[in-house]
Amino acid sequence: MRSRKRIAAALSGTLLAVLPALAAEPAAKGGATAASSFDLTTMLFVFMLATFIGMGVITRVSRLLHTPLMSLTNAISAIAVVGAIVITGADHPPIITLLGAVALFASMTNIVSGFLITDRMLKMFKRREPQKP
Amino acid sequence: MRAQVIHLAYLVGSALFIFALYWMNDPRTARRGVVAGVAAMLLAVVGTLVQPEIVNWGWIAVAVALGCAVGVPLSFVPLTAVPQRTALSHAFGGLAAGLVGTAKYYLWLQEGPENLTPFRMAAIVAEIILGYLTFTGSLMAAGKLQELRWIPQRPVTYRFQNLSNLTLLGVAVLCGIALVVKPVELAYLFPLIIGLALAFGVLLIIPIGGADMPTVISLLNSYAGLAAVAMGFVLDNKLLVTAGALDGSSGLILSIIMCRAMNRSFTNVLFGAFGQVQAAASVTEKKNVKSETAEGAAQIMEQARLVVVVPGYGMAVAQAQHRVKELYEQLTKRGVDVRFAIHPVAGRMPGHMNVLLAEAEIPYDKLVEMDDINHDMPQADVVLVIGANDVVNPAARHDKSSPIYGMPIIDADRARTCFAIKRTMNPGFAGIENELYYADHTYMLFGDAKAVVGELVKSLAGSAVGAPR
Repeated sequence: MRSRKRIAAALSGTLLAVLPALAAEPAAKGGATAASSFDLTTMLFVFMLATFIGMGVITRVSRLLHTPLMSLTNAISAIAVVGAIVITGADHPPIITLLGAVALFASMTNIVSGFLITDRMLKMFKRREPQKP
Repeated sequence: MRAQVIHLAYLVGSALFIFALYWMNDPRTARRGVVAGVAAMLLAVVGTLVQPEIVNWGWIAVAVALGCAVGVPLSFVPLTAVPQRTALSHAFGGLAAGLVGTAKYYLWLQEGPENLTPFRMAAIVAEIILGYLTFTGSLMAAGKLQELRWIPQRPVTYRFQNLSNLTLLGVAVLCGIALVVKPVELAYLFPLIIGLALAFGVLLIIPIGGADMPTVISLLNSYAGLAAVAMGFVLDNKLLVTAGALDGSSGLILSIIMCRAMNRSFTNVLFGAFGQVQAAASVTEKKNVKSETAEGAAQIMEQARLVVVVPGYGMAVAQAQHRVKELYEQLTKRGVDVRFAIHPVAGRMPGHMNVLLAEAEIPYDKLVEMDDINHDMPQADVVLVIGANDVVNPAARHDKSSPIYGMPIIDADRARTCFAIKRTMNPGFAGIENELYYADHTYMLFGDAKAVVGELVKSLAGSAVGAPR
């Protein structure tokens, strides 16, 4: 129970940290130099907090599930798909589009196979033996 | 307005990713975690697709279709091949990061060099170095795990290996720094960095042996995540940074757990060339080994109260998990308490044994972690070691000259009787003699793990339940 509270606290902490940054973003677009330095610190903040949350959450993951955990984080880190879509989708020279399309293919493979195999493995973890008819 | 909605979608996506990992703390809620992950991914993808600059729908459709066509079969590999699949997907993750970084650099170089600020340039360099080295490194790891013929299984070492590897990485980093200072003038350095990172990935994995794979896979997992973080910095995308950081810290924690379970440091795993060092260290005098037949072993197990099974990579290789389940059923039917002792580095990736035994439908509350089972070891009547070796070697506790000295082990030698299934007396991958096999109360069951466990099951099934002994 205590760990659950701690997680909740950590979660709300990040949300609090991220929200003002989000709200401030359109405003910061005004001056180019001001925007870039502002973004830099925000991004570093997000990185630091996400890393700490990751540490806190992952250390509590049951050792039973380390293999599915790895395939799940695989699928999650395929969030690179966002970058790949932006590169592929926008109007760029063909060679750039091709690079983006290969990246999109690679991340899409990870998303599909990562989530499917994680679910397939998790289905197998049963507490009691199935009742024999 | 649209930008705000997209940002909100990314925000909810980040929260869902965190919940996805949080729910993995218990097998009962874990599948909910997958649902949360899929929902977050959908939000992120849709949020990106509605951006106004997306026009190349044909290319996107083709790439997505191909990705699904490859991804679906990859998710139905047999569970013994999961380590290879995982390494392969790290390679894909690294490749995606590397390619996006490359595309972004050349795009900015042509269309607006003023965008290549030192900070962005540093992020691009980090992204491509991490991405490409993860790509080739993970491909090598996957090849080793798949036991491809043209990739050497044994650690390959040569003189000045660490020095030359570090020099290579150092040159790549120096080129990167130069590129940060003069991103336009020194553009020719960019392909050079890519080449160096690709080469470094291969050279990093060549000296690593099978026993170190759990650590290396976790470390590559972490690199793939960090490459995504760097991409987030390049593209100014907080969702990428968050998700990448979650992946990065997950890989980091898993590798720390793996290193602790072997009592070794990161540097030792990466630069130690484990298999090579021990070949010389293991000179022991010939001792007596006692062997036992399957029938004899079955009789003793039948009369036990507590049987502890210690599975290792050998069980995975022999695909013996379903026979092990039959053995579990036969013994449980007779009122024997059967538990499984899982060492953190048993197998080729973290949690490998748990997944295999769960696949064989062994209830997961019978899978016990090393620290918990060691308390009960003196009460165990029988320990059955199936294809595990170093993780039950008592030399780790007392023999200071042993290469595995200090590694936490499962105390199989403290049980009343120990049976060890092994094909031959050849020392295992690391080349270390296991003194457990020579102990007074240890009996060897020679043969293939699947065949031997099958014989045990047959002997048990042959003797009727409850018959007078």
